[in-house]
Amino acid sequence: MSDRQTVTDDAPQEARPAYRQTPTRRALAFLRNTWRKLTSMRTALVLLFLLALAALPGALLPQWDLNAQQTEEYIAENGWWGRLLDRLQFFDVYSSVWFSAIYLLLMVSLVGCLVPRTGDYIRAMRSGPVLTPKNLARLPHHTRAEVDDDPDAVIASVRRRLRGWRVTERTEAGGARTISAERGYLRETGNLVFHFGILGIIVAFAIGAMYSYEGQVIVHADGQEFCNSGIFAYDSFNPGLQVDGTELNPFCVRVDDFEPTYTDAGQPVNYAADIRYQSGEDLASGTWRDYRLEVNAPLRTAGDRVYLLGHGYAPTFTVTWPNGESRTQTIQWRPTDLNTMLSQGATKFDPPGVTDSRTRRENQLAVTGLFAPTAAFHGNILTSSFPDLTEPAVAVDIMRGELGIDAGRSQSIFEIDQSMVDSGRLERVARENLEIGESITLDDGTQISFDGVRRWVSLQVSHDPTQGWMLGFAIAMFVGLGASLSVKRRRFWARVTPLADSTGGGTSDVRRAVVELGGLARTDQAGYGEEFTAISRDLLGRTPQD
Amino acid sequence: MPVNETLSQYSDWSYTTSVVVYLLAMIFFLVEQSFGKHGKRVAERTRERQLVGAGAGSGSDVGTVEVAKDVPPSTGRAPRTRTERLGRMGVALTILAAALHLAALVLRGLATSRVPWGNMYEYIAAITFIGVVTWLVLLRKYPLRHLSAFVLLPVVILMFVGGTMLYAVAAPLQPALQSYWLVIHVAAAAASSGVFLIPGAASILYLIRSAHDRDPVKFGRFGPKLPSADILDKVAYRTTVFAFPVFTFGILCGAVWAEAAWGRFWGWDPKETVAFVSWVIYAAYLHSRATAGWRGTRAAVINIVGFAATVFNLFFVNLVSAGLHSYAGVS
Ligand code: HEM
Repeated sequence: MSDRQTVTDDAPQEARPAYRQTPTRRALAFLRNTWRKLTSMRTALVLLFLLALAALPGALLPQWDLNAQQTEEYIAENGWWGRLLDRLQFFDVYSSVWFSAIYLLLMVSLVGCLVPRTGDYIRAMRSGPVLTPKNLARLPHHTRAEVDDDPDAVIASVRRRLRGWRVTERTEAGGARTISAERGYLRETGNLVFHFGILGIIVAFAIGAMYSYEGQVIVHADGQEFCNSGIFAYDSFNPGLQVDGTELNPFCVRVDDFEPTYTDAGQPVNYAADIRYQSGEDLASGTWRDYRLEVNAPLRTAGDRVYLLGHGYAPTFTVTWPNGESRTQTIQWRPTDLNTMLSQGATKFDPPGVTDSRTRRENQLAVTGLFAPTAAFHGNILTSSFPDLTEPAVAVDIMRGELGIDAGRSQSIFEIDQSMVDSGRLERVARENLEIGESITLDDGTQISFDGVRRWVSLQVSHDPTQGWMLGFAIAMFVGLGASLSVKRRRFWARVTPLADSTGGGTSDVRRAVVELGGLARTDQAGYGEEFTAISRDLLGRTPQD
Repeated sequence: MPVNETLSQYSDWSYTTSVVVYLLAMIFFLVEQSFGKHGKRVAERTRERQLVGAGAGSGSDVGTVEVAKDVPPSTGRAPRTRTERLGRMGVALTILAAALHLAALVLRGLATSRVPWGNMYEYIAAITFIGVVTWLVLLRKYPLRHLSAFVLLPVVILMFVGGTMLYAVAAPLQPALQSYWLVIHVAAAAASSGVFLIPGAASILYLIRSAHDRDPVKFGRFGPKLPSADILDKVAYRTTVFAFPVFTFGILCGAVWAEAAWGRFWGWDPKETVAFVSWVIYAAYLHSRATAGWRGTRAAVINIVGFAATVFNLFFVNLVSAGLHSYAGVS
């Protein structure tokens, strides 16, 4: 097949001076030439390079959809250059116009390459081995011998030896009998399967990007429930272009428990969450099924997958106002050091029972600071010495004033709005280290106590309807590749010419013939030599060079 | 699972010794390469054999009837020179070092009760081992022995960097790595990267040799000692064709694992991206050999770029960029 490709590449465009160049014709010629160029092997090569080159910035530069915060910082640090790169979609490589263009061109080139090759392939399969060349001595493998045998018998023995080859027998004008044989068609089959597999992967990947979604949610590991009922149920959600979030597969998950295990040095050994879930008919009947969710072992249900991505701690604080009213909240804090699970967060409180919205807004409270699952103090500074929950403590600032949560802007649940602090509307009124059971009393008599800790897990729900297809195409591609790289396509010819007896007897009972054998490996030459030698030896009863 | 400190200690000793023995072997090969007439003679012999055209692959190749008689009677029957003996000792030392190298890997695995490719140090040890074994296998088929130093050099450098800067104490795996996919995916990745070392080196030598062929002034002393460009091209092609499907398999397994561990089979994580890039480059290499005007020098350059991408993936992506693959065990 490569022969054909090569020829196309080398062939000069046929000159057709006899035709008058009408615009239509010129346009047609242009289209035809463009198509030819686009589907030539050389273009495929160049496109492959471009694809490799275009993919690279994605590994070197931060990407919006992988790490938005880092990307933002990078742009800020690099000024106009960063902004230019952003405008040129260098932080969004895989959905950029230029990446998609290369991808699309490669796909077109692939189709343009595959269609004619499939045609050639079918024709070649139908037509059988090619004619025996006139001069077998010019082939890379060749041998010649005179035998005392009847040509028919020689032909029959060649046929017998070439079992498993495709064989065509012909009689030439001069009376010589020939056999053309070919083997290794599987190589071309494999090559086609491989390239069609790639095409399938490209198409499935594009479809997948449109119809898949991914959502993350934090669930407390104390029986809290999460249902895949809409985008609002998630903390963050990345839909494909065709996903509007209205028709998610319904299922619910309840996290009962989360147990990490660590070595004595604090290296994690295992994470596992005991969950219950319901989907399909279970939703109606209210049945819950148990599952042990672990890293590397997602829950697969209702066509979606649920993953255990991370975990952390949620300290419980109770605020008791001077009027006796109290509120208790358990809000997840975010681990800032995954080795020690030192965490950071902000638990925000509204004063209860205040009707005047302005007064209420100006007397909000936030408990913010650090949480350590195993407290270690350096002087007064809290750090954590072990990731598991053994001696929890917090180091907190109590902020009072206006939190800015009513301003309509969304706010991180892990932080307070620094601009409120800067503008003086939110003030620190206390700073303290607390262990479980301890509390702080503010100047106005408000009491804040640290009551305990819960664990939380972060779950990811993934949906991708093309996954199965993808796997199928990938396997096809791989099997095709194996066949196309390991099978050797080779040809073998035999020409048996009856010898007129020159010694004078002239009778036909002297059975003599010249046998010429020739061989050609259509692909990689190496290795065919031995096989050819073996066949020759079997047929002529000796090694070729005797 | 507790770590067996004694075994881990033996593993480290084994590793260090093997680096030293590789170095020694390298010196032997260098002597053979620089002072021996051997290289030159082998190069000439292979050129003659090239004329034969037929599958010059194995040493025992017979070729076709007509030309076979031009081939000198046999290889290596001539009295052995001292340099040639050095080369043979080099091979013996390389085999010894490879055995120590293997022992280091096996002991690590036993010490930690898991596969010994769970962090970057171990991974590099595995890759270099595969590279050496591939080379030893090739030596049986091709007259390349006097070039062994060019393969051992990157091996020793990699092992030195691995053993000093990237060394990690034997420890159990973190949860994300506890999967049988680690065995399959990383083994395939390490095996293919290790084998890719050979075509990378062969392609560099190919460029030197073909530059010399075009203009004998270039590399006037070194060029003639190399095997013919054809042999080098063949070695590069054969090894690439072997490693490429293994690499493909490794990437596919990686995708299947990523689906189970990270929630998607492909997410353009830096490691994934660079693996994709090297895969495409090697695919381009295979294409280039079927494209008029791209065989030979250009193909060799592409192969070298492919190996550069592989090494880049190993070092840069593990050490500099922060992706999901940052399990390197280095901090
Ligand atoms: C996504 C793009 C492509 C990839 C990743 C790819 C990959 C590959 C690989 C790995 C091989 C080696 C298998 C073998 O040698 O039998 C190969 C062979 C081949 N490819 Fe592609 N290919 C792509 C696109 C194309 C296109 C667009 C064409 C047509 C112009 C093409 C034509 C060929 C041909 C003719 C061979 C056989 C070469 C030979 O016989 O040695 N490929 N391709």
